[in-house]
Amino acid sequence: MSFDIPDDRRYLESHEWALETDDGTVRVGISDFAQDELGDVVFVELPDDGDELSQEAEFGVIESIKAVSDLYAPVGGEVVAINEELFNAPELVNDDPFGDGWMLEIDPADADELENLLSADEYEAQVA
Amino acid sequence: MPLQTPPLRGIHDERGAKFTEFGGWDMPVEFDSIQTEHEAVREDVGIFDVSHMGQIHVTGPDATTLMQRLTSNDVTRLAVGDSQYATITDEDGQIIDDTVVYRLPDEDGEATYLFVPNAGTDEATHERWISYRNEFDLEATVDNQTDEYAMFAVQGPNAPALVDDVTEESVTDIDRFTATMATVDGVECWTARTGYTGEDGFELIVPATEAEDIWAQFDCQPCGLGSRDTLRIEAGLLLAGQDFDLESNPRTPYEAGIGFTVALDTEFVGRDALESAREDGFDEELVGFQLIDRGIPRHGYDITNMDSRVIGTVTSGTMSPTLDQPIGLGYVPSEYAEPGTTLQVVVRGQSKKARVETMPFIDTV
Repeated sequence: MSFDIPDDRRYLESHEWALETDDGTVRVGISDFAQDELGDVVFVELPDDGDELSQEAEFGVIESIKAVSDLYAPVGGEVVAINEELFNAPELVNDDPFGDGWMLEIDPADADELENLLSADEYEAQVA
Repeated sequence: MPLQTPPLRGIHDERGAKFTEFGGWDMPVEFDSIQTEHEAVREDVGIFDVSHMGQIHVTGPDATTLMQRLTSNDVTRLAVGDSQYATITDEDGQIIDDTVVYRLPDEDGEATYLFVPNAGTDEATHERWISYRNEFDLEATVDNQTDEYAMFAVQGPNAPALVDDVTEESVTDIDRFTATMATVDGVECWTARTGYTGEDGFELIVPATEAEDIWAQFDCQPCGLGSRDTLRIEAGLLLAGQDFDLESNPRTPYEAGIGFTVALDTEFVGRDALESAREDGFDEELVGFQLIDRGIPRHGYDITNMDSRVIGTVTSGTMSPTLDQPIGLGYVPSEYAEPGTTLQVVVRGQSKKARVETMPFIDTV
């Protein structure tokens, strides 16, 4: 089975992606591989707007019917938006993990942290 | 220790199943998605490979006596083709395992039984039967046939019609908890109107060598252990090793809510302890609950009263695909067992409000 791994963003080994947006914030979600491993997502717990995260800190929890998994921040900074749609429609993570299934936006404290993350090629090598 | 594999491991892999370790077996947990498979069984029909379940065959002049002494229910009530749910208890009346006992057609004029212990327990159960047979000096042959058989469960409102199509004989007139030998693709299969989903349907015990051809006869949604678990939790059915466990969570059938499996007017290991337990009453019992706050209860989470005092533990929990609500099972002191009682479940350090529900969570057959 092959998974989408868009090369417009970078990845954590723990399967979160980070996409720098035009206004400089970093949008975060989980990969297609991760949603497939979890199966039907039924619950997402996210931080509040304004929370401060450090890179690789736990920022929330995702639960499928069969599993519970922690979520880790690809970059540090302040949470400036969360995807509240996921509270009513957690299946968006399965349906569109790189789009409507996004989880939060971070105003990065240090944009260079993105450089520590895996490229799409490096991430693909990890999940292959 | 290497995992045991069901005869159709390769077929399921080709079909794209994901696998999980369960009771020492490498079993399909999901073919498409738990939600999809769950819905197929609730609304239509699905087929499960449950070849991890054991098969132990008992025959001989004292087969009935041996079965009677080692299971909690009354096997003398079984005519050929009947089956019953029973527990296997220790001297203290604690559940070692739960099982379904089938009375097969007589062999050489002797009553003959097949019972189905849970995954990974067949060897210990076989040894227990042999050891008690020798201790009681009974004449009975006890064979562990787990490796000789595959077992499939065809479940759902449309399961009877599908099984009837596939078998040469008509099976639609078979009552719940009865069974017959039916022919599928020229092969005799023990076909029982039993299951573990709360739906109508059949379980077929089939020769392992013919498993592939027989599986292929059933044109319906293949289902894994993931949906088997969500279906059985909704139906309020127990999972051995989780809702009771002799080592970590010893329980009597009364505490576990399956006192109907105990026939105190028979002689069996654990009977005297269970008679006392029934007379003395029991302090805790298994309840079903629904979380009112956001969160999902999971095995091992604490249950507290509304003053946040720990009063029990979640034994099973999930997001119910049918109800779209988080539900669970757990033991609580009897004063908290009344439906409508509010409790709390501690999810990652946060107390989530829950309400005791009438079991089962859904309408079952």
